Amino acid sequence: MAEPLETKRAPEAGAARTLKMMSRATYIQEALLKNLFLTCAIAAVAGVALIFFFVGFRGWPVIEDPGLAAFLFGSEWSSTLGKFGIGPLVTGTLVVTIGALVFGAPLAIGTAIFLSEIATPTVRGIVRPAVELLAGVPSVVFGFFGLVIVRPFVAELTGSMGFGPLTASLILAVMIVPTIATLTEDALRSVPPGIREASYAMGATTWQTIYKVLVPAAKIGIFDAIILGMGRAIGETMAVVMVAGNAPQFFEGLGAPIATITSQIVIDMSYASGTHRTALFGLAIILFIISMGLVAIVRALSRLNAKRS
Amino acid sequence: MDKRWTNRIALGVLWLCGITTVTILGAVILYVFVRGVGQITPEFIFTKPHGVNAEGGIGPTIIATMYVTGLSMLIVTPIAVLAAVYLAEYAVQGKLVDAIRFAADTLASVPSIVMGLFGFALFVEVMGLGFSVLSGALALSFLMLPIVMRATEEAIRAVPKYIRWGSYGLGASKWQTVSRIVLPSALPRILTGIILAMGRAVGETAVVIFTMGQAVYLPISPLDSGRSMTVHLYMLAMEGINMDAAYGTALLLMVMVLFFNLSARWLAARNRRLQG
Repeated sequence: MAEPLETKRAPEAGAARTLKMMSRATYIQEALLKNLFLTCAIAAVAGVALIFFFVGFRGWPVIEDPGLAAFLFGSEWSSTLGKFGIGPLVTGTLVVTIGALVFGAPLAIGTAIFLSEIATPTVRGIVRPAVELLAGVPSVVFGFFGLVIVRPFVAELTGSMGFGPLTASLILAVMIVPTIATLTEDALRSVPPGIREASYAMGATTWQTIYKVLVPAAKIGIFDAIILGMGRAIGETMAVVMVAGNAPQFFEGLGAPIATITSQIVIDMSYASGTHRTALFGLAIILFIISMGLVAIVRALSRLNAKRS
Repeated sequence: MDKRWTNRIALGVLWLCGITTVTILGAVILYVFVRGVGQITPEFIFTKPHGVNAEGGIGPTIIATMYVTGLSMLIVTPIAVLAAVYLAEYAVQGKLVDAIRFAADTLASVPSIVMGLFGFALFVEVMGLGFSVLSGALALSFLMLPIVMRATEEAIRAVPKYIRWGSYGLGASKWQTVSRIVLPSALPRILTGIILAMGRAVGETAVVIFTMGQAVYLPISPLDSGRSMTVHLYMLAMEGINMDAAYGTALLLMVMVLFFNLSARWLAARNRRLQG
């Protein structure tokens, strides 16, 4: 930024003025605007702080009642008994997230490799928009689709009602495909073309080039993609509520109802009060810390990646 | 095994992955369309639900969805665009910019249910706005902020440097250059980002259910409560009382979301064509 220039008289026409000179009024205006923009940019930081503060403020009392140990390590969640241990919810989230990654990650990475290495421009022109549109489908529509289409299949397969980890994992798998596929494709595209050419010149087939050269070269980017997909699966709410069965119990089978951290909040929020409501905000803090931690890991990894190349 | 055979099999599997992804999207759209299209009548779109089984239309929920989405767009656009102007044009790489980017990334990945509880705690209870369109819009704007911010920053960075030099060369100040040269050239891509963020807001459920309320009510003032289409679909599906209406709602919801996404794509493609 330029220093303010004392110009009390109007600049004479043709007077030598360097580009950096400006009247005091302009200088003040520019400085004010810059600070306005800065304030807006800090809104993002303020937003994160506000979320942390307000959710934290409401969830903080779990430390006294039911107590931090009972909350974090308790194995029973029952509002009627007044027990708020997150054990069953955490395992529920863990099970559906692992399931989603098992089904979703290979499909997404396969789609990304297909898009970046194999598809002709015409085919890519169909598949890429499909992946992007898939990202835009509301989670409640995915949940509805899972409820009326996927659930009956799972019910037949497991001999149950079909509400449970398998249905939830399948729906989540579809929902994390766009996240993982888009980021993996970016990672593959940023591998320099010379590396591909060198591999082909050695007589390698397309597949050999993909799994011996490209995937290892893009592995940090792919890992990032999987972590962010995992974050999406952990935080996904409505689709899971609609198909998980919502019984806060430990994993008992692919077709037995479970609950996740997110689904329990939605189910309980409508009637919870007192300690129960505090515990729900406690769950929200845990989710917030998990998602922030995953973002931090991804940023650290990409910094590592930038340093290496 | 011969490496050519391995290659063929592997490529076949990769093709299958691509096809599966497209098929899943096709299946969701087709299924919702086939089951829902019979429900779509003027009565369904314009009248309000009544009776124990929510017979009739879903008019108020459509209005509520558009209301809250429009309002959140008005709230978030100025802040997000000016924040992006700062990051792209003014900021010097440093701790502060690092913190802002980390915060934006975090906001983008905060689970929507956390955003919903936050909105409930801050806007509904502490600020006393109650279950209202305004509470919903404020909470949604936190969700949209990182999307619009990132799109705008990329749009501004894509404006060629020499256009700025031309403007400075004519003696324009920084703000004149940004407001009259850079932002107009970046406008189409900024609009694309805003439209995409609106598509996200239309499809959002967990945020609005705890900030805008669940009562079917035609919101007039921003302090009125309302039930969005997503919440309506959720309740119909969970209670299983009127599945026909659920299919109809799902179809209209998909049409709205696809409309936003496709217009963003169309705008982006048109812009690429115009700029060569």
